Amino acid sequence: MNLFDYTRADTLGAAVGAEGALLAGGTNLLDLMKIGVATPSRLVDVTRLPLSQIEDHGGGLRIGAMVRNADLARHPQVLARFPAVAEALLSGASAQLRNAATTGGNVMQSTRCSYFMDPLSPCNRREPGTGCSAIGGETRNHAILGWTSGCIATHPSDLCVALAAFDAVVEIAGPAGTREVPMATFHPLPDANGVPPALAAGEVITHIRLPDPGGMARHARYVKLRERTSFAFAIVSAAAGIAVQDNRIVAARLALGGVAARPWRSTGAEAALLGQPPIETNFARAAELALQGAAPSGNNAAKIVLARRIAVRALTLAAAGTPDRMPALPASVFEGDDHG
Amino acid sequence: MADLMNVQAHVRLGSNAGQSMTRRDGVLKVTGRAPYAADRQPGGMLHAVTATAGIARGRVAHLDTAAALAHPGVVRVYTPANRPPLAEHPDTKIHGFAWRMEALQDDTVRYAGQPIALVVADTLEAATEGARLLNPRYEAEAPRIGLDGNTPYQPETVSIGRPPSLEAGDMDAARAGAARHLDTVVETAAQYHNALEPHAITAQWFGDRLEIDTPNQAIGLAKQSFATYLGIEPSQILIRSPFLGGGFGSKAILYGAQLLVVLAARDLDRPVKLALRRDQMFGPVGHRPATRQTLRLDLDEHGRIAALDHHTLAVASTFDDFIESASNASHSVYATTAMRTTHSAVRTDTGTPGPMRAPGEAPGSAALEVAIDEAAYALGMDPLAFRLLNYADTDPSTGMEFSSKALRECYERAADLFGWKDRPLEPRTMRQGRLLKGWGMGTAQFPCPMFQAAAHATLRADGSAVVETSAADMGQGAWTALAQIAADGLGIDIDRLEFRSGQSDLPDAGVAGGSGHTATAGTALFNAGADTVRQLADLATNDPASPLFGAGNAGVTARGGRLYRNDDESRSEAYEDILARAGLDLVRGEGKGAREGEAQRAMFSHGGVFAEVLVDPDLGQIRVNRLVGAFAVGRIVNPQLARSQLLGGMIWGVGFALHEEAIHDARTGRFTNNDLAGYHIPVNADIPMIEALTVHEDDPFVNALGIKGVGELGVTGTVGAIANAVWHATGVRPHRFPIHPESLI
Ligand SMILES: Cc1cc2nc3c(=O)[nH]c(=O)nc-3n(C[C@H](O)[C@H](O)[C@H](O)COP(=O)(O)OP(=O)(O)OC[C@H]3O[C@@H](n4cnc5c(N)ncnc54)[C@H](O)[C@@H]3O)c2cc1C
Ligand code: SF4
Repeated sequence: MNLFDYTRADTLGAAVGAEGALLAGGTNLLDLMKIGVATPSRLVDVTRLPLSQIEDHGGGLRIGAMVRNADLARHPQVLARFPAVAEALLSGASAQLRNAATTGGNVMQSTRCSYFMDPLSPCNRREPGTGCSAIGGETRNHAILGWTSGCIATHPSDLCVALAAFDAVVEIAGPAGTREVPMATFHPLPDANGVPPALAAGEVITHIRLPDPGGMARHARYVKLRERTSFAFAIVSAAAGIAVQDNRIVAARLALGGVAARPWRSTGAEAALLGQPPIETNFARAAELALQGAAPSGNNAAKIVLARRIAVRALTLAAAGTPDRMPALPASVFEGDDHG
Repeated sequence: MADLMNVQAHVRLGSNAGQSMTRRDGVLKVTGRAPYAADRQPGGMLHAVTATAGIARGRVAHLDTAAALAHPGVVRVYTPANRPPLAEHPDTKIHGFAWRMEALQDDTVRYAGQPIALVVADTLEAATEGARLLNPRYEAEAPRIGLDGNTPYQPETVSIGRPPSLEAGDMDAARAGAARHLDTVVETAAQYHNALEPHAITAQWFGDRLEIDTPNQAIGLAKQSFATYLGIEPSQILIRSPFLGGGFGSKAILYGAQLLVVLAARDLDRPVKLALRRDQMFGPVGHRPATRQTLRLDLDEHGRIAALDHHTLAVASTFDDFIESASNASHSVYATTAMRTTHSAVRTDTGTPGPMRAPGEAPGSAALEVAIDEAAYALGMDPLAFRLLNYADTDPSTGMEFSSKALRECYERAADLFGWKDRPLEPRTMRQGRLLKGWGMGTAQFPCPMFQAAAHATLRADGSAVVETSAADMGQGAWTALAQIAADGLGIDIDRLEFRSGQSDLPDAGVAGGSGHTATAGTALFNAGADTVRQLADLATNDPASPLFGAGNAGVTARGGRLYRNDDESRSEAYEDILARAGLDLVRGEGKGAREGEAQRAMFSHGGVFAEVLVDPDLGQIRVNRLVGAFAVGRIVNPQLARSQLLGGMIWGVGFALHEEAIHDARTGRFTNNDLAGYHIPVNADIPMIEALTVHEDDPFVNALGIKGVGELGVTGTVGAIANAVWHATGVRPHRFPIHPESLI
C-alpha cells in the first residue's frame, strides 16, 4: 500500500470538493489499495457525515449515503415497502461486510473484473487507452449487454439492481451544486476507449431516493444465481416488481444484474407487460425483450440464456407475492414459492 | 523400549480413548490465546514481504531496488544479487519429501507468483510497499498453462516415489471376454489448499542457535531440512509449531521464502517475520493439479467388472515432479479380473503441485465413481447393487486380504438412514416443487499408512504424568486424541496428563499427513506409557510390601492411576505409593510407532456416501440438500473429533464437486481468482443436512491399537456421490469438476 494522508470530513461541506478518495466502509476501497489498484494519496473518511438516516419520503424513502448495508436491509420500512431491496442486500457479501459497507459505497463499488483488479493487466477502466485484457480472457462474470470493445466489465452490486428496478434516484452534491441521476443510468456504459466516471471530481453521493412503490410493495423479489448458496457475486440476477388489478398487470419493474456495466433496467419489457395477465408466457416475452441486443463478450453465451430465465423467475415470484418473512436464503433460487 | 504385544496385559484402551471429548485446546483457540506463528512479536522484529513474479515464464531483467530502499522503513532488499549463501542449493532434492524451491538462486521465473525478491522493513506496510516499488521488468516468454499447455510426458514416479503404472491380471484376455465396455473422461480443476492460517514464519538467531516459529506438519523433518540448507546441526535449531490453522498437506513441505527469512534474520541480526498474503499462497506452497482422467470399464455379461483401465493426465511444473496419482485410487475399491492404471503429466509454468487432502484419491475417486455410476445405469442396475456385485473381498491390485473391511455395513447403514431403497433408476424422475431432485452415491476409501514416531512418557511421584512428542495439531484435534491414547497407555485419567507437543526438541512424532498421524504418534505414545507401566509393575510385583507382590508382570492391569491384580481386583496399589516405596521421583518410558516389515494385508478405511441434490431446472444451480456417510475406520479414539473430521472431509467433497477451482489466464499464466472472494469453498448455507456415521470395526492387523485414519476419507466417495446425484436429478452427466450451473442448462 502506498503512503497516504488520512483526513476525516465531519460535514458535507468538508467532503464535497475534497481532494482524495472518499473512504466509507472501506470494504472495497481498502482491498483495492492493498492490491495496488487504487493508490490515492489522500483518504477522506466520510463515515461521520450526518447521512445515516432513513427518512420517509411521501410513501417512498430517502436513504442517507452512510446508512450501512446491514441497517438498510433490516429497516422496517425497507422491508415493508421495498422487500426486493432488502433481499438484494442480504444476498450480497457476508454479514460482516454488510455491517461495514455503506449505501454510497455499495453504489460506487468497482467492478470485480479480475483484470481490473490485476494492476499488471492493461485495463481501459483503470487506465483509459491501455486496452481491455478481459477480451479473450476469462469472461465468466463479464457483460452480455451494453459492452464495447473498450470494456466488457459488469457492475457487481446486488443492491443497485433492486434500486434501479424501483426507480431510485441518486442525489449528488458537488462543488458546482447538487444534481440527481436515476439509478438505472447512473453507472456509465463504456465507450470504445474505456468508461467515463460516474461522478465528477469532488462529488459526493448524499442520498438515494426511492419513490412510492404503490401496489408493488408486496409483489417484489430479487433472485440471484451463483454456484454457492451464499457469499458469492451473481452470475446473473434479477429484481422484479409487479402490481396486478383484475388479473391485469398495472405496473411492472424489471432489472437485471451481472449482465452489464450498470444494472440493466428494461423499460421495454416493463411496458410490454402492462395490461397483460401475469402468466409465464408474458413473462417470457418480457424477458426476451429485456435481453434484446444481448451478445456474449467472450465465452459467456450461457449467461444470455440464464439472464432470460432469471428474469422470468423474478417476475413469476414477484407476481406470486413477497413472502411475509425474509427467506432464510435471501434471493436464492432454492427459496422459491414451491420449495417443499 | 516397550513392545506393545508384550505389555498388553498392563494397560487397556478405552478409559480415555474411545470417549468423546472436546478439544483440549478449544478454549485457548476461541479466546485467542493459542499462539500461532504469525502472532509472535519478538522485540526488534522486522517484517518481510516477498515480491512475486508477474509473469509465468522468463527472467527478471530489472528490479528497482533503489526505489524500494528509498521507501521509509525499508531495511534491506534481497535479490539473487545479494542473497546470503545457502549450504545446499534450493534445487537439490535433499530427501524424498523435499521440493525444489525458489530461494532467489537466480533470475529465472518458473511460474506467476514466484518469489523474486524479499523486502525487509520496520513495518509490514513498509515492506509491502517496498515490494511493490521494485516494479520488476521481465523478459517474458509465452507461458504453458493447463492440461493442453504442453506435450505430455511419461513420469518416472507419481506422488512421492510411487511407480507410475500398475497392471494386474491379463487385460487383453479380460477385455476379450467382456460383454461390453464403457469409456468416460473426467476432468478436475486445479485446487489450492487455502488453509485459513496463511503460511508464516518468525525466525530469530541467538548466536549460532536458531529459533523458528512456523506452522509445519512434520517439524522433525523440517528441522533436518533447515539444518541441511543452512549448513548447521539440527541440534542448533528449535522449531515451535504448536498450532496450525489448517495444513492439508501444504504445510508439510518447506518453501523457499522460509529459508530467505532465516537468512535475513541472521544477516540482519534481528528477528524477522513473514506471513504470506492469500494471493501469495497460490504458487509457492503447493496445490492439487488439474487432471484429465480417462477410464474404461469392461463388463462381463453379469455386470461384473472384467477389466478396469484408469489413465490420468496431470498438470506438473517444469522443475519438479509431483504427479497427482489419481489412477491409483482405482487399485483397491472394486473387484475386477484385470486392471491397468497409468499416468502421464504435462509440464506447465505453474508452481509444483504437492499433496492436498486425499492426494490422488480425491480426484481419482471422483472419476472412478462417475464411471461406476455410468456402468450401473448402462446395465439398468441400482448403483448400490452394482457396487455390491463388484464388492472387492480381496484387494484386486495385489490379491491380498483386507486387514478389515466393514464396507458392506457402511453401505447398509448409510443407505438405510438416507432412504436409498426408494430411488428410481431413471434420471430426472424426482421433483421437489419446481426443483429437480437426484440421489447418488459413492464409495469412500483411503489407505492406512503409518510413518515413524517416537514419544516419551514420564510418571511423576504424585501419580501425574507428562508425555512428549512433536505431534502437529492442525485443527484436527491431535492434542486431544493423542492425549487420550497416551493417558490410556499410562493407565491414568486424562486430567492427570500433561501433553507436551508441537516443538522440535521433543521426540519426533513424524508427519501429520496421510491420515496416519493418530495411528503413528498414538502408537508411540501408547508404547511409551506401556513401557512406563511395565517398569512400575516390575517394581510392585517384586516388592513383598506391595499388595501386588507375586502377581507377575502380566498379572496386573493399570487403570485410573493404580495397578490392579487380575486375579483379585480388590488388591491394588496407587502409582504414587509404588514410586514412594521404591524411593523414585519418576519413571520414564519410551515408545515408537511404526509399521514393522512389509504389509501382509491391504489396509484401508472405507465408507459409503449418499447425496441428495436439488437442481433448478432453468438455472442449473445445484444444492446438496442431504449428505449421509457411514464409515468404517477401525478403532475410534474420540467419536466427536472423528465425526468432525469425517464431516469436514465430506464438506471438502462438496467444495471439490461444486466450487473449488483456481483459474489461470492462459495468456499470462497469472491467476484470475487468487483470493477467497474468487476462489470458492463451501459456506454454511451450502450444507443444509449432513451426517457421518461410523460402523464398528476391529482391525487387529492395521496396528496394535487398531486405529485407521479419518482425516481424508470423507473427501473420497463424496465428490462422486454428488456428481451422480446431479446426473440423477438432471440426466446430464457431469464430466468436469467443479460442476458449473452453466453445464446443466
Ligand atoms: C468478499 C466480498 C464479497 C462481496 N460480495 C458482494 C455481493 O455478493 N454483492 C454485492 O453487491 N456486493 C458485494 N461485495 C461488495 C460490497 O458490497 C462493497 O464492497 C461495499 O458495498 C462497499 O461499500 P463501502 O462503504 O465499504 O465502500 P468503500 O470501500 O469505502 O468505497 C467504495 C467506493 O465508493 C466510494 N464512495 C463511498 N462512499 C461514497 C459516497 N457517499 N459518495 C461518493 N463515493 C463514495 C469510495 O470512494 C470508493 O471508491 C463484496 C465485497 C467483498 C469484499
Ligand atoms: S473489462 Fe473493463 S474492467 Fe475489465 S479489463 Fe477490460 S476494460 Fe478493464
